[in-house]
Formats: sequence, structure tokens, C-alpha cells
Amino acid sequence: MPKLTINGMEIEVEPGTSILQAAEQLGVEVPRFCYHDRLSVPANCRMCLVEVEGGPPKPVASCAMACGDDMVVHTDSEMAQKARKGVMEFQLINHPLDCPICDQGGECDLQDQAVAFGFDRSRYHESKNAVKNKNIGPLIKTVMTRCIQCTRCVRFGDEIAGMTELGLLHRGENVEIDTFVEKSISSELSGNMIDICPVGALTSSPYAFKARAWELTKTETIDVHDAVGSNIRVDSRGGEVMRVLPRLHEDVNEEWINDKTRFAYDGLKRNRLDRPWVRGEDGKLKEASWDDAFAAIAKKYKKKKKDKIAALAGDLVDVESVVALKDFLGTDNLECRIDGAQFDVSERGGYIFNSGIAGIEDADAILLVDTNPRHEGTLVNTRIRKKWLRDRVKIGVIGQAADLTYPYEHLGTSPQDLEKLIKAKGGFADVLKKAKNPMLIIGTGAFQRNDGAAVQYLAREAADKFSMVTKDWNGFNVLHNAASRVGALDVGFYSKDGFDLSKMSFVYLLGADDFNPEQISKKAFVVYQGHHGDVGAHRADVILPGAAYTEKDALYVNTEGRVQQARRAVYPPGEAREDWKILRALSEHAGKALPYDSQLQLRDRIAKEWAHLGKIDTLPSSGWKKFGKKDKLLGDDFKLPVEHFYLTNCIARSSHTMAECTKSFSKADTAISHAEAAE
Amino acid sequence: MLDDKDRIFTNLYGFEPHNLEYAKKRGDWDNTAALIKKGKEWIVEEMKKSSLRGRGGAGFPTGLKWSFMPDPEKTGKPHYLVVNADESEPGTCKDRDILRNDPHKLIEGCLIAGFAMGAHAAYIYIRGEFFNEGSAVVEAIEEAYAAGLLGKNAAGSGWDFDVYLHRGAGAYICGEETALLNSLEGLKGQPRNKPPFPAMAGLYACPTTVNNVETIAVAPTILRRGGGWFAGFGKDEKNTGTKLFCISGHVEQPCNVEEEMGIPLKELIEKHAGGVRGGWDNLLAIIPGGSSTPLLPKDICDTVLMDFDSLREVQSGLGTAGVIVMDKSTDIVYAIARLSQFYMHESCGQCTPCREGCGWLWRVMVRMVEGNATVEEIDMLLDVTKEMEGHTICALGDAAAWPVQGLIRHFRPEMEKRIMEYRKAAA
Repeated sequence: MPKLTINGMEIEVEPGTSILQAAEQLGVEVPRFCYHDRLSVPANCRMCLVEVEGGPPKPVASCAMACGDDMVVHTDSEMAQKARKGVMEFQLINHPLDCPICDQGGECDLQDQAVAFGFDRSRYHESKNAVKNKNIGPLIKTVMTRCIQCTRCVRFGDEIAGMTELGLLHRGENVEIDTFVEKSISSELSGNMIDICPVGALTSSPYAFKARAWELTKTETIDVHDAVGSNIRVDSRGGEVMRVLPRLHEDVNEEWINDKTRFAYDGLKRNRLDRPWVRGEDGKLKEASWDDAFAAIAKKYKKKKKDKIAALAGDLVDVESVVALKDFLGTDNLECRIDGAQFDVSERGGYIFNSGIAGIEDADAILLVDTNPRHEGTLVNTRIRKKWLRDRVKIGVIGQAADLTYPYEHLGTSPQDLEKLIKAKGGFADVLKKAKNPMLIIGTGAFQRNDGAAVQYLAREAADKFSMVTKDWNGFNVLHNAASRVGALDVGFYSKDGFDLSKMSFVYLLGADDFNPEQISKKAFVVYQGHHGDVGAHRADVILPGAAYTEKDALYVNTEGRVQQARRAVYPPGEAREDWKILRALSEHAGKALPYDSQLQLRDRIAKEWAHLGKIDTLPSSGWKKFGKKDKLLGDDFKLPVEHFYLTNCIARSSHTMAECTKSFSKADTAISHAEAAE
Repeated sequence: MLDDKDRIFTNLYGFEPHNLEYAKKRGDWDNTAALIKKGKEWIVEEMKKSSLRGRGGAGFPTGLKWSFMPDPEKTGKPHYLVVNADESEPGTCKDRDILRNDPHKLIEGCLIAGFAMGAHAAYIYIRGEFFNEGSAVVEAIEEAYAAGLLGKNAAGSGWDFDVYLHRGAGAYICGEETALLNSLEGLKGQPRNKPPFPAMAGLYACPTTVNNVETIAVAPTILRRGGGWFAGFGKDEKNTGTKLFCISGHVEQPCNVEEEMGIPLKELIEKHAGGVRGGWDNLLAIIPGGSSTPLLPKDICDTVLMDFDSLREVQSGLGTAGVIVMDKSTDIVYAIARLSQFYMHESCGQCTPCREGCGWLWRVMVRMVEGNATVEEIDMLLDVTKEMEGHTICALGDAAAWPVQGLIRHFRPEMEKRIMEYRKAAA
């Protein structure tokens, strides 16, 4: 453990720690542009120069120099200051200094560090370089003249996203960041390049010229576009969400989010349900007051028998509203797996991501079954890539082959191939057998078939066979793609034996859009409670306007089983209300008021029955018991559940940006026309 | 003056063919196996005794550099010898003549040096523009393989050794050792950060030593004739041996010549290059060690000795010993501005001070040529060079800064005069 002195303070650090990191541990700020903790270290900006005593008489780049024993470092000596001032001046000579019209203004590293470490005027009176802007797709706006060539975006693409699409072209002062051939950045993580760009060269295209950083209200909340539960910060102004940024959570999303999380927010402003609607005698939906809507529902509800009442919970609903709906309806005909997945949910360990997302970093062999984590949980894929990049972990895939940004062994496409693998000797089976912490990640696509429970059983068998579950390791992981799913399963919002939706005469759709409404009988009375006029609302007889994830305080459980709290950033539009409140009010109209008057009481009620839901941001162990059903397997190939990554839910489908992305990246015309129709 | 019997490069001028037959006549490949059989330690020790300093410009003691290579058994990785034949420094052409006329010296040196550092392979990275020279080396390599001097049990020494030639694409920066390694690996030719030094993690992250052509080419002769013999030449114990000097510019007979280290600059020029055009008194300035070293005005040139330390004392350097002579007809400010343009063009653009600074220097220098500037800007220019120097990943930032520093140090009155004249004309 090297022990060194920085600015007169002694510190002992892990071997391999750079001077910059050691200084950071001491709270000494060393300015930097190119250095980023999660990327490789090129030491090309030269901003972090410090003086090290005893070495050659020149400053060293602290980001690239490892701490040595008895080093004496000065970050603020005359030499270091002069070097930094010089570098700062060089950075600025070809920078346009157009801060007043730059979207990065106010949160710009170059701006901040120029104030802190630079000269107060320029000595450069020659003409400046200008660089052509690049067209790299609908998400990232480029003003390349502002670029300081730190290459963070290039390294992000190479290392984190796994797509070498940007590079530093040419040389000398003609260097510029560019795609080698003009094309869009097709990574679904591309938005993070905006965050890591220390200047205004890469900025958010949809957010361009919309707001200034200092006029935004910042709300720390949770994302619901997939089941990862990325931690995000929603920046709003007035009643409008202006942008979404990632928030640090080492165990979930680190500091990245995918482009759907980041850019789908414009869908929150379109196609919204902002008042109740009731279908009139003529079969047309008419605007109504809350009272009328509740009365219409209460009238039908009271007449129906329990076994003719059913409820479906959609992909974006929170735990509280699911519990309130369950309490209110009192029927067994509940289902949250509206994607048609059939699997045994009696054991929690059988449907969650047991190892945790961060657990991927401990795995030494990974088997992916019917999942494309890039689309079903982008940050899970990022984690796998990170593990692969660091340790070249062996990865096998059963299911449709796709570009996962890391190499893998393709072992087949059907459940039979998994069966074969279990019985196999040598090859990938050997890799799994020899691994200390082998891991299986199974996507929900594997359950969206009639033999879903049997596939689940088979997966469990594989986990047993390859000793994926030991005393301190549980490598059996289910990767969900709906934010609501694990929470709804936890509170028992499912039907044990199944029910026939077409025989139900009263159907309550809680944000349920991603299913085929044809399944519901024509005669049935359908209530839709949700925030977007999507598939569910079109079929409804009464529409109750609810709140989207940015508009309510709510609990979500991610695919790991981690309970996280979303917070309200803005109010729901018009007369829309928070979902649990709607249900509470409805229950009163229906004559059986729910026994909670505040969200706290409701959460109490939840925590009493399901203690683990009362513990925010922890990962309780779920044990390892029998689950699944031993049954005959069908011969069909596995199908991936996510067809259009940018259009997986009603918010994304209402988003212009997501439609643009689909147009640019997946060329799926049908999907676009769907989004346009929604508009 | 060096006696002919003491010359290492006996076919520098190509009076004899460069093939194996003649190379053997000149003494190359003479019982190489015997040298190798004396063992690694002996070779490194003998090199240290010779006090040979790297001939690529930086002047790092070669024996010491070789001794930095770790034990191959401990690292478990292949070791590599990389020969830097990317000679692109303006004013320098010594390696070119070795490659062209005496390639077997280099290849024999590769075998011996490779053995000394535990390498079974050597890569010769040759400048792309050296087409004919590259062909001569390829011929020599093929001859050596055919004669059993390379390959399995090379030259009967029991050591397996391969030599490969790699042609560069003509970037000056690829002569920087780590940029060269990147280029060799197929990456963009951008220098790497040090540490780790190539001896720890070089080519493909394996222990690697990068040496200049001349350094490697003199090694066999040093070992044959003894480190003490080599150390017997030169000014003092730190500046020893013989050295190739490339004399160009305003001299009567520009030439490459092998001379003793520490020869007076004036003697070098007068004896071998026929003197300065128009006589010694017509001398304006000399760049003593390739374009990156600061120039020296006549009064220093009168007495200065050509070795690493003497030139450092006068704030210049031996560099590659590319002596560029400029007589009084030279527009000295323009000459240095031209060098600034060269460095701007050749900067890799990776790190800030060099990328931005080189262009800045050149733009100001262009104005200085006419005098379209202010006197204060000379100080600013000097300050900018100081901000570049030592702040970059590789030495190209320094190389771009030094010529301008030398100009300001010795020719500031000339620059000021131009500024005054320009103002007078404008007024």
C-alpha cells in the first residue's frame, strides 16, 4: 500500500491508485477533462498536471501516474498552476466561447474550470479553427467547433457501449471527432455521451434551446421504461418535464441510462388522458366529471358477481395502485402478466434477478436464455459487457442470436437446446461446470409460450446441474422488461389457475396497454385507468385519467426485487390524479371504502403483509426452493419479447423522439405508423 | 580525425554492394555465434562498458536500457526488439545510408541485441518513404535467412530469431517510440503515456525495447572490438565512441560522415563538408542535431564540441546529429517558421498543448517573418513555448517549442528589427 503526501497531507492508498484518485480521496480537487472514472485513461487533455517532487523537472499527468511510495505531490504549486493555466489557455484558443448560446452553459466543465484555473483574458489573436457539425442521429446535437478532443465519447463508444462508431480523425489541429462514414450512432446508450461530454459539443437534440440548467427543478426518481429501475433525475420547469438525466446508483445503473429512459419524456406531453370519459348510449366516449365516471363504474360494479370481475395491471403501474385495486375488487381474477407469460410465481426466487445486477461482475460464466438484454434491460447488458471487457467472461446464448456488443457462443434456439446443454459434456457445459459463480439469465420471452412453466422448470434444472446456487451465490436470474411486474407479482396480483378473460363481464384495466384487447368480450364493461390514450383506453367504457411515473410518489420493484421510490416531479395534467387516490375515491363511490386515507397508511398496509416491500433499496435473499412445472416442452424456437426497443410502452409510443429513433435505427415501418397513429 | 581503421560503417557511401557476400568481407556476421555464446550478461556488460548512448536523439545509455528488460521466464510473455527506422527528423539521413548500404550490420545487431534482451523477434519499422532502403533491408533479411543467419538456430548460435520489416505510412510522429508501437499494432500512431515504459509493456503489452537503427548497427562491432575500444573514443566517459553526422545546408559538400564523438563543430564542417559556403565568417547559425534542437549562432559554433553534454551546456542538443548549416543569406525567422509549420503538420493532435500550441506558434511566427507583430508578442511567443514544453505526452511538444526558443534566445534583435521596420513602412 503506497503512502504518499499530497499538499502536505498523508494518505495511504490501494496499489494502482492514480494520484488524481488519491487527491480526490483527500478532497483535493484536480481539474480534468479527459479523465472519467469509468473509462480508460488517455491523459490527453493535460489539465490534471501536478508537481511531483524528485522526478524530472516537469509536471506529470496525475490521472495516469500511479501513486508511489513516499511521493510528494503538490497540486497547487507554482509549477502546477502555471501548467494548468497554460493548458486552459490552449483549450480555449480554438473554442468558440459561445457560452450564451450553448446548451451546456451553466453545467459546463470547461466553463467552470476556466473560471477556477484559467487566465482572465486570451492572448490569442489569430483566427480560430472551425469544425463542421456532424449528423449523428436524432438524439445528439453536435456543435463540433466546441469540441476539445478529450475523446470521452470515443472511449465511451468503444468501452461501455461496445460500438466503435466515433473516432478521432486526422491529426494535429485538424483532429475532429467523427463517425468514419457518416451515419447515426446506433447504440441505445448514446445519450450518455451527452452527459460525459465536458463541453457543449454533444448536447441533447430534443432539449436544444429549451431551458437553462439553473432554472430547472431537479427531482430524484426512478425510471419505469424497463425493469432495471434506473435511477434518474427529472428536470422540470413549471408543469413540464424538460429532460431526464441519470443518477448514480452503483448497484443498478452506475451512471448510465438508455436512450428510451432519457428521451421518451416528450411522450409524457402527448396523447394524455387529462379528464374522465364515459361511453354514452350512442357508443361514443364523452367527457365526464369524476363523479359521473365513478357513478357509472359503481353502478355496473355492484351488479357483477366476483367471479365475473377481472383486472389487468399494465407494465408501468406502481405497487400502491396495484394493492389498492386488489383490495378494492376482491376478486381472484387478477393478472399482471399481460404479455401472456406463463410461469410459476409461487416462489419469489423463481422470478427475480437473484444475483442482483451488480452480481454480474462476480459471475465467471454467463448463460443467456432467450433474452436480448440490450433491449430488455440495457443496463444489464452494459454490466455484462463491463464484465466481459474486464475479465473476458465466457458467455453462452440460447435463443435468437443478436448483436450483444460482446462475443458469445451461440448454443441453440429452442428449449431442447437447453436440455441438450444440461446433458452435454465438454464445450460450454464444461465452462459452466468449472465456473465458481456461474449465472443464468432468462428473459421473459421464454415464458411467453404455453410451456412457459416447463421452461422455467428446465432453467431451474440447469441452475441446479451447474451449481449456480450455493450458500453465498445465487446465479438464477429472470430478466423482466416491465417495471411493474415484480412488484405486482410480489403482492399477488396474478391468478393461480388462470381465468378466461373473454368470459368476464367487468374488466378493470390498470394501465394495461400491451395486450390484445380483442380477448375481452364485446359485451363486457371495461374501465381503463391510466395516463395515455393507448390500446386500453380505446376499448374502455369509462376512462379514469391517472398519473405517469414522473407525476406521483410511488414504489416500484425492479427485476432484482429491489424496492425503489419514485417521486413526483410535476403534477398530472388536467384532472388526472395519482392512481391510488383514484381507486380510494372509487371505492367510496362503490360503497366499500378502502381502509387507508393517505399514502403512508397504504404503505403501512403493504409493509404489514409484505415486509420486504417496506425496505427501500435493499436486496433481500429469496432462498432457493422448488418452482416451475415439469412438463412436456414444445419444439418451437424461443422468440424475443421486445421487437421494437424504442416503442415498448405507451409513453414511448407517444414520443416523437422515439418514433424518430425507430425510423433511424430499426427501419420498422409498421411501428412508426403506430406511433403516428397514436399522435 | 577518425582513422579509417576505426570506422564502423565502412560502406556508408555504398562504394561496395550491400549484399551478404560483401558484408562478410567487411567483417559482418563474423562468428556471431561466438558473441552470443558469451551470454546475455556479458553482452549487456560490454555495452555498458562502451557507454554507448542511444543514437535516436534522446541519448539514453543503451546498455542500461537493455538491462531493463525483465527475465522472460518470469514474465512468461514474448519479448520484442523493435528497431526504429522511421527516420524523419528534418536534417537527418544517417539511418537511411545504413539501411541502404550496410543493412547486414543492422540485422546482425538485431540478432545480438534480441538475444541480449530475450527476444525471439525483431520488428524493423521503416519510414514509408524509404522505399529503396526498405527493399535493401528485405533483401538482406532474405539473404540472412537463406544463409541460416536468421530463423531457427540463427547463425548457429542456438537462439531462434526472426526479423520482420514493417513499412510505416509516413508520419513523423511514428518515430516516437510508443507511437511507433501503436502504429505497428495497427492503431493510430499516437504516443502512449509513460509509465508503463515499453520495457514493461510495449508491443502488444509485452516487454519491448525500441532502439534506433544506428544504435543496433554499431552493437556487433562494439562487441567484437570490445566496449573499451569504443569507449576509447570521444570527449569523456559519458560521450564516447563514433557517431554518424549528417551535414546539410549551406556547406560546400553536404555529407554523412562517421566521426568521433566530441569533435569540434567547426572542424567537422571544415574537414568533411568543405566548409561553410563563402567561408566560416559567412556563417549565420547552425542547428546541430536535427530540426528540433535549438539553433546556435556563429559565436557558439566557433568553439562548441559535438557531443551530448557539450551541446546541452549551450542549451541545445546533439539529437540525431543532423547538422543544418545556415549562412548569412538565410532568412532565419522564416527558416524557424518553416519548422513550426512542419511540427504543426506532424503533431498527432492527441494532447492539448501540442495540438493547439503548434498552430499558435506557426501563426505568430508567420507574422514575425514580416514583422507584423509587437515586441511584447515575442515574450508571449516564448511563454507559449514554455507552456508547451514538458506538458505533453511525448516530446513532440518540446521539439516544436525548442526551435522557436532558440530563435528568440539568439536572434531577438533580428525579430525586433523586423517589427520596427514593418511599423515604419506601415506608418
